[in-house]
Amino acid sequence: MTITADRIESGELCRAVAALKEQGCRFVTITCVRADSAGAELLYHFDRELSLSHLRLTVSGDEVPSICGIYASAFLVENEIQDQFGLRFIGLTPDYQRTLYLQGEDSAPPFRGPSGPDRGE
Amino acid sequence: MAGTVIPFGPQHPVLPEPLHLNLKIEDEIVISATPAFGYVHRGLEKLADIRDFRQMIQVVERVCGICSMIHALTYCQGLESLMGVEPPPRARFLRVIWSELHRLHSHLLWLGLFADAMGFESLFMQLWKVRERIMDMNEATAGNRVILSVNVIGGVRRDLDPGQTGWILSELAEVEKGIKAMGRTILHDYTVQKRTRGKGVLSREQALELGCVGPMLRSCGVAQDMRLLGYAAYGELDFAPVVERDGDCYARCRVRFAELGQSIDLIRQSIGKLPAGDISVPVKGRPEGEIVARAEQPRGECLYYIKANGGKFLDRLRIRTPTFANIPALTVMLPGIELADVPVVLLSIDPCVSCTER
Repeated sequence: MTITADRIESGELCRAVAALKEQGCRFVTITCVRADSAGAELLYHFDRELSLSHLRLTVSGDEVPSICGIYASAFLVENEIQDQFGLRFIGLTPDYQRTLYLQGEDSAPPFRGPSGPDRGE
Repeated sequence: MAGTVIPFGPQHPVLPEPLHLNLKIEDEIVISATPAFGYVHRGLEKLADIRDFRQMIQVVERVCGICSMIHALTYCQGLESLMGVEPPPRARFLRVIWSELHRLHSHLLWLGLFADAMGFESLFMQLWKVRERIMDMNEATAGNRVILSVNVIGGVRRDLDPGQTGWILSELAEVEKGIKAMGRTILHDYTVQKRTRGKGVLSREQALELGCVGPMLRSCGVAQDMRLLGYAAYGELDFAPVVERDGDCYARCRVRFAELGQSIDLIRQSIGKLPAGDISVPVKGRPEGEIVARAEQPRGECLYYIKANGGKFLDRLRIRTPTFANIPALTVMLPGIELADVPVVLLSIDPCVSCTER
């Protein structure tokens, strides 16, 4: 079983999100599924009358366009992903500069890299 | 005149848990509010790396004490969908009963804290006195007051006998009496209205755009409630979302107060329709694939994203709690109000930092 999600490229993200907003969708959240040296995969979740729709974004680097200009409430989850996965959202406001959860000395993104018990400390 | 920045929290008499707001004020009026947290973050999602998918039930129950049962329910329902497991009908109705007991004690807890924030200590104590009956019901039926630990993949681990259901019904009658007695004060008292009406107003459009959930959204005229998805046994019960239109603190208070009666009604319906039979089905195998599961917690929509590869450990577990969705609304609700009203408006979103700092 997999989630039915529209696959989009980085350059199409803001246009696709704006189109969903135009349709009256409520922004639910973003899930960062994976982020490592090969890139990252993010799922954007939206709700309209109890029906969920998803966008699946795959990026090759660490930079992702922010959707804060479209849904201002996305700032919190984008800051969280910056802290946990080490990605950088371009255009994020306010940008906590990876201090939402982390302190200055804890610079390694704790969720980055492979998952599972073999990952090691 | 340049604004002054006042740090509100993380330690504040009105906050049971640490949450920080940077408030820029001018002449006692809030100009802007920037939330910050991270004081007690536990990284529970990361525990999925070293705890197998069954052990994670105990972990997600500890995301929050107030809605622990519904966290476990959402997680188990997600895994059941992934593994093609159908819990027995009796388990689905039992899940509704415990879910609504959780909603009752959460809303009563919030109403008490809200009364305390307004300086209404006697109301706070009376509300928590009623709440104790709910906690007693939790303890008598699940063995625990807070972390119920009743959910398993494929059903529930505890059953209710006829003596217990009869006792729950008689206790609910007392709870209902207590709630009605306090309704006059909560809904009609001059001081309560003065402190809550017209404060922290959100329009329907703002609430939707800011991604609000639960009573926050319903108090702005949006009839959205995840229970309408029909999960557990909600699809077989008769109810409609409680909706108010003013979008202020008073409307949020009215929604939660009315939901107390709704929860009592749903428990009565569930006990009335409780089918005989097993409370769980045996589950074999391991989950594979990805799924999004949602449920309605006392504070609103909770979302679980689960990705599994057929092994013992999940690839990814992501939890979006309702308070996390409601916090951005503070950046719109707080500007324009007096500094003295900040505690009441902040508390009106029913912030759960434990959920947020999962």
